[in-house]
Parts: sequence; structure tokens; C-alpha cells
Amino acid sequence: MTTKYPRATPDRAPRDYDDIPGTYVMDGDHSRRGYALNMFCMSLNQEANRDAFRADESGYLDAYALTDDQRDAVLQRDWLGLLRLGGNIYYTFKLAIFDGLSMQQVGASMSGIEAAEFQQMMIDGGRPIEGNRTTADLGATPAEEQH
Amino acid sequence: MAQIIGGIGTSHVPAVGAAIDHNKQNEPYWVPYFEKIAPVRAWVRAAKPDVCIIAYNDHASAFSLAVIPTFAIGVAATFPPADEGYGPRQVPEVAGHPRLAWHLAESLILDEFDMTIVNEMAVDHGLTVPLSVMFDQPEEWPCKVVPLCVNVIQYPAPTGDRCYQLGKAIRRAVDEFPGDERVLILGTGGMSHQLQGERAGLVNADFDLAFLDRIVTDPAGQAAVPHTDYLREAGSEGIELVMWMIMRGALDEQVREVHRGHHVPTSNTSNGVIVLENA
Ligand SMILES: [Fe+2]
Repeated sequence: MTTKYPRATPDRAPRDYDDIPGTYVMDGDHSRRGYALNMFCMSLNQEANRDAFRADESGYLDAYALTDDQRDAVLQRDWLGLLRLGGNIYYTFKLAIFDGLSMQQVGASMSGIEAAEFQQMMIDGGRPIEGNRTTADLGATPAEEQH
Repeated sequence: MAQIIGGIGTSHVPAVGAAIDHNKQNEPYWVPYFEKIAPVRAWVRAAKPDVCIIAYNDHASAFSLAVIPTFAIGVAATFPPADEGYGPRQVPEVAGHPRLAWHLAESLILDEFDMTIVNEMAVDHGLTVPLSVMFDQPEEWPCKVVPLCVNVIQYPAPTGDRCYQLGKAIRRAVDEFPGDERVLILGTGGMSHQLQGERAGLVNADFDLAFLDRIVTDPAGQAAVPHTDYLREAGSEGIELVMWMIMRGALDEQVREVHRGHHVPTSNTSNGVIVLENA
């Protein structure tokens, strides 16, 4: 576990993709949880906003209706936590770009390994699908996966 | 009348754009990939498209969660490269083809595909990397472009079959366009990759190779593959592959595979490319 934030329980009926491990599908349930967070990230596309955020991160966040957890996760750069709190990787990656991080560094952080290890894993053919299709593959109970 | 001269499916990995922009094509990491796309570049040079219809997705660049069009078509005369967070890519501005784009928009909507029409739009790596894949580093892009932007970030993306049917409607529209334009159509994104979460880095080469086979010989079958199969088997970002179905739909039932390349990895992605001609 690389974040203190638990996986959110969806506010909707179960779906057939819920058992895909380590994956946060950006459906309506996820999107409404993360709207303000993702729109904050989006704002970093503009140079003037990047400058303002650099000057005063916490003050800049006041303009967005973030939950306390979302605000903390942004300030802590908790990449996995940001997803669990409603973020989408294309949006949260704007914050990573701001920090000068690569997608591989963020991928390493989210999956709880070192960046060099992640890079080597990719060169060796990527994370294998075998054993990673379902939460059952991983030997985790659905409850563990959810919380 | 205008004619579709072929179709290309290609990944649109940002790192490929960066490798081209920063002259890394001869570095050991990149050589195998660029060797695999050399025949694509040669084919495009010979095919001389006047205009490319590029099915791609925006990655929180021109569109945010504020407005999420499922299918958007760019009708502008020019499209500037987007600032994705590190300043715009230093590539030429993209010239549109407003007359063809408007013809497509009108024809598609009357054909019951409810397109969003976009007059002002920056274009991100999803569109500019495929141009670099084809044309390397020209002073100006050697063809005009009609951007066809597909939502694949907010679930649900359009189904594979909807994309396939849209491709067929594009074909009907191009076939009726008065002009002598040579039109190349691209489906971009994929192949298997997952950028997010604890499963980041997922690659499923078997899925990708089967997809490449099937898009040639059994596109209707591939079009029927449901979203959850992509999400599970090709990774959450592998869903981008539905955009290749638009390209395939615009070609004849029978196609000839001119070239295929598959390379793992480019950055976090299983990278595929295919060139198809009507048989
Ligand atoms: Fe993409």
C-alpha cells in the first residue's frame, strides 16, 4: 500500500470491470468524485497558472472545491491517492509534468516500486497480463482490493 | 471525387514525439522502433496524401471535463499545437481542410452521427505524434488535416462498433466529396498500455497481435469486442484502440496489409503500426 487513502466504494451498482485489479475506471461515479481535483490539474496547462501554483501551492488550491483529502494528496504528491480520490491519470499527470516527472516515475510510484525497476520491467516486456486480470488472480479478496 | 487511398493505425505515444523532436531516433533505445516505422514513412511518401483524417483523442488539452464531446470534428483552417503542461510541442501548425471538414460534418450528422463541430481547437500529441511518425520533422506538414477527436478518457468511450460504423459513414461522405483529394485516414492510440494505478505498465502483446490480425481480416468481429475486454486485457488506456475501428470502417471490406510493426516498449506502451490499402 503506497497511499493511506482507501479505494472508494462506488455509489452505484457493481459492474463487470470492478474486479480489474489496480485500475480506476473513469466512469460517472469516479468522475463526479474527482471533478474539482481534475479541473485543478487541467489548469496547469497554462503557463500563468503554473507560475501562480509555484508561488503559492496551498493558496492556489483555494480556488478549487477540493476535499481536505484531495488537497493533502495534491500537496503530498500522493499519485496513487489522487486516483483513489477521483483523479484521472491524464489530469493528475499535469501535476507530474509540473514537477518534472516522467510517466514511468509516476507509474513506479503508483505501483509501489522504484523507478529503475519500473523502467526495467517495461524494457522486459511490461507488466504481464498473466496474474493481473482479476483481483482473484492476485489472491486478494475483493474486500482487500476495495479497502 | 475524392478518394480514400489507404488507412494507417498507429500508437501516438508522447515519448515518440519527444524522441523525434530531440533527435534521439538513432539512440539504441529508439532504433528498433524507428526501423519498424521506416516502411510507413516510405509508403506515405509514395502515396502522397493531400489530406489526412486523423481519429485521435485529446488528453485533457483542448477539452477538459467541462465539456466532453464523444465525436468532435475540427473545421478550422488551422489548429495550433497544445500546451500540455510543458509548453507546446515545437512542431508546425496543423493546416485544416475546412471545405472537406464541413462536408464531413454535414454528411455525418445527416447520416445520424451527431458530431460536435469545433471551430477553435488546439491539438495535442494524440494528433501531432502520428504526423511526426509519418513525416518526421518537416518545415511544414505536407498535407492538410481533418481532426476527428474521440472521447476515450471519460467512460464510456464510444463502442468499437459505433466507431466502425462512423468509419463507414466517413467513407460514404468522402466518396461523395467533389474534388480530387487523395485522402488518408488514420486511427491512432493504443496499443495495450495502462498508465494508472497499481497495475501501471501492463502490456499484453498477445492481445495486440491478435488485434492487428483481426482488424485486417475480421473487423466486424473486432468491432463487437466490449469495453471491459479492452480495459481488462489491454489495460485501461488500451481502450484507445477503438479509434482504429474508425480507420478500418472507412476502408473496403477486403484490404491488403502493406506493413505491420509492433514494438515493446515505447515509454509505458506497446507500440503498434499498420498500413492498409483497399484490396
Ligand atoms: Fe492517447
